[in-house]
Amino acid sequence: MHITDILVTGEPIIYGAMVSMALVGLALLFILTYFKKWKWLWSEWLTTVDHKKIGVMYILSALLMLFRGGVDAMMMRVQLAFPDLGFLNSQHYNEIFTTHGTIMIIFMAMPFLIGLMNIIVPLQIGARDFAFPYLNALSFWSFFFGMALFNISFVIGGSPDAGWTSYTPLSGAAMSPGPGQNFYLMGLQLSGIGTLATGINLMVTILKMRAPSMKLFHMPIFTWSTLVTCFIIVFAFPILTVALALLTIDRVFGAQFFTLTGEGLPMMWANLFWMWGHPEVYIVILPAFGIFSEVIATFAKKRLFGYHVMVWSMIVIALLSFLVWVHHFFTMGAGAFVNSVFSVSTMLIAVPTGVKIFNWLATLYKSKIEFTVPMLWSLAFIPSFILGGVTGVMLGMAAADFQFHNSYFLIAHFHYVLIAGTVFACFAGLVFWYPKMFGHKMNERLGKWAFWLFFFGFHVCFFPQYFLGLDGMPRRLFITNVAEWLPLNVISTIGAFGMGLGFIVFVYNVYYSFRYSERETTGDSWNGNGRTLEWATTTPVPYYNFATVPYVDEIDPYIRMKEEGKTTFEEDKVKPIHMPSYTGQPFIMMALLGLASFGLVFEWMYVAVFGLIGAVFMMIRRSFDYDDGYYVPVEEIKRTEKKARGL
Amino acid sequence: MKAKHLRNRWLGLLPLGLILFLSGCGQLEMTVLDPKGPVAQSQYDLIVYSLWFMLGIIVVVFALFAYMLIKYRENRPGRKESDYDPNLHGNTTIEVIWTIIPIIIVVLLSIPTVTTLFDLEKPPEPAAGEEVKEPLVVYATTADWKWFFSYPEQDIETVNYLHIPTDRPIEFRLSSADSMSALWIPALGGQKYNMAGMMTKLYLQADEEGVYDGRNSNFNGEGFAAQTFKVYAENEEEFNTWADEIKNEAPELTADRYDELLAPGMTDVQSYSNTHLDYVKHHTREGMGYVVEKYREQFKEKLHLYEIDKQESFQ
Repeated sequence: MHITDILVTGEPIIYGAMVSMALVGLALLFILTYFKKWKWLWSEWLTTVDHKKIGVMYILSALLMLFRGGVDAMMMRVQLAFPDLGFLNSQHYNEIFTTHGTIMIIFMAMPFLIGLMNIIVPLQIGARDFAFPYLNALSFWSFFFGMALFNISFVIGGSPDAGWTSYTPLSGAAMSPGPGQNFYLMGLQLSGIGTLATGINLMVTILKMRAPSMKLFHMPIFTWSTLVTCFIIVFAFPILTVALALLTIDRVFGAQFFTLTGEGLPMMWANLFWMWGHPEVYIVILPAFGIFSEVIATFAKKRLFGYHVMVWSMIVIALLSFLVWVHHFFTMGAGAFVNSVFSVSTMLIAVPTGVKIFNWLATLYKSKIEFTVPMLWSLAFIPSFILGGVTGVMLGMAAADFQFHNSYFLIAHFHYVLIAGTVFACFAGLVFWYPKMFGHKMNERLGKWAFWLFFFGFHVCFFPQYFLGLDGMPRRLFITNVAEWLPLNVISTIGAFGMGLGFIVFVYNVYYSFRYSERETTGDSWNGNGRTLEWATTTPVPYYNFATVPYVDEIDPYIRMKEEGKTTFEEDKVKPIHMPSYTGQPFIMMALLGLASFGLVFEWMYVAVFGLIGAVFMMIRRSFDYDDGYYVPVEEIKRTEKKARGL
Repeated sequence: MKAKHLRNRWLGLLPLGLILFLSGCGQLEMTVLDPKGPVAQSQYDLIVYSLWFMLGIIVVVFALFAYMLIKYRENRPGRKESDYDPNLHGNTTIEVIWTIIPIIIVVLLSIPTVTTLFDLEKPPEPAAGEEVKEPLVVYATTADWKWFFSYPEQDIETVNYLHIPTDRPIEFRLSSADSMSALWIPALGGQKYNMAGMMTKLYLQADEEGVYDGRNSNFNGEGFAAQTFKVYAENEEEFNTWADEIKNEAPELTADRYDELLAPGMTDVQSYSNTHLDYVKHHTREGMGYVVEKYREQFKEKLHLYEIDKQESFQ
């Protein structure tokens, strides 16, 4: 195949993207070479198994994807506000909404949250790393190469264009030939390995590696949300794995699972997809609930109201999340009885969710609210999420859903819950734990600017879309060809640019804070208001996390520790600490699997087989790897701790 | 300090603003909220019924939220010692109350939802005192990116437009020749999917004469935006006249002509004096792969169907 056959050509926007990608790539190569950073990159980052560094890499990737998905969103909004401009044609628009949805869910929301979990969960439970640090690195690189594979699709081969739901028969080989849809399948499959492994890894970490005497019901609420999320991941992701594999076999090897010919069952895809897809929604919202709970308790300076109820409501939500998938296709004609069952189960989710909302409000009762940036994001979540939640209940009423389905009412609803829930939480969590990661806080003034721009932009963008839906505007429409729809679409686009502006201020704040923010001297960064163990460590967090692991037998243990003057460094109790060695194997193994996936995308079997053999070879090598890690000597621990604590 | 104070006031105004906005938009004519038939009417009733609960929930939560923010902010002048209780962690009574109230709301929403769901599977019942009319059967079949409406009773077929009599239930038998799509006429009621190899039934009815917008609402590729049609709802007499006219004057839909029409692409409005149902039944297992097998090569081409200036208005 000639190179011009696989490069996407003929679109000025794509050429621009190619040029800018090439320039950024060259600039990176130059910087790394000029400042002699190659060795640093390899030995500090690419080979790391440290959960904190892996978490940082997850978050950086997620921010990059927020940018990419955001640019996609802006392009769609421009097209819808100025349909006469001819900015995008139908095909291009279809590709963009497909990549926007896929990237935001799979490559932005999940890795952002998993990044925060990576950094914070071991610190919250007094662990020194994940249960399986090697596997953690492997997970990250599988996500990373999956993401990379998916993202190159728009310059090489062409982007997928069948929607992020990729419904068959449209996404099958007959109606969507070429590599586009394969990029979707292989990108998700590869990164799915990482998600599943992280789910198992975090689950084991939380269940087996807690500080002595910390019972499950002593765990911080963010750790609880992570544990519940891990159960959802472990039960839901295999369904996606199977569905993607079946569709890949259909497309690449000519099977007939979901095809119209050969008596396939195209509608089975929708079932399998949403049996994973609905739990997936809760995979990205439960950790968000966890983050809000932590932030609200910290800046209300008060214990979380109804801790046990909060935990149980998450567990109930997790169970229900597996029982509602049919509500994504009430209109498939399953009959009144089936629809009734799923309608009621869907509405039932509002009960535990409502309870959580009231618990957060009660946490604010008799508190001392301090309006820091993470608190602003968390507080803004409550009214915004309610607007998304109540419309969710309306969508859950199947008989009414026939009118809402596939319309902008639905679009408004899920952006209300996913942005006001997940994205607000990502920002809240990142700003909240930023000092733990980087040793300085983000600038508050710029942070507030970013917040208010994003917050107002968000409401201006999505609130009008409820009314567009009620006026019969369907989703995925590349042109607003009904005159009454235009004004609300223009308002919506203005809002979208407000959000974009907020994001730019946020990114500028990262740079500004790096340059000018005061360096942290204490580990308890938010004016000594930390409640849980992550604030008990010094800043920056030493690579072994805790010199001595504290004894925990209550919720919010750090408050008692502060009262009693205890720290995580009890000099007479320090023992040598066992730590895992850094290794380049996960990176290489996943790079090879990435190569295999790339081969499958273009159906170049020799490349796929070569990559697969390489990956299997790396697995065998890992099996004969006898590196058990190393011990950090007591002297070094004491030296590090004394320096960090200024003793 | 001053700025923060003002901001809290603004937050207190949020719910008020929302209600104003909602009532303001009530003035706009939104298709779903302006039903033209009994099916859309029952869905409208359900939506409005639920909207009252939702507004109630929003008002309660926003009010509590504003109260907490204003009363318990750290630097409110005149804070009392008793306004802070860092160890308050639960209250069983109130927690039981705010669990039971949502359950009651869910029950109150479930009952009309379920009854409406079962009603929607039957032809709409006539108004009191009017005779029961047999539903008019219309096979609505989609192919990328057009609509075929077959009237077996009249033995006619239309492409990309639909005539229906008012005050008589229409039984749509939905199917697709290729990709999955959905028939949605917001003024007359909600949608259902058209799927190859299957048939779904959708009952709709128009009470008012008029021209309504209908479309495919389920994304199915390049021509999706243009897969729309007009619905002409007219009284029985006019409808019969129209049907007779088509039967007598329109050309015959031959098997070859129908195959041509099935090719991926768009087409204009057409009428025929017989239906395609004699040639192929897309809703059967035998018929589901018909179009893909015939046009496999053509599906591989990106068709670049329309430039913006050629875009037909939905109006």
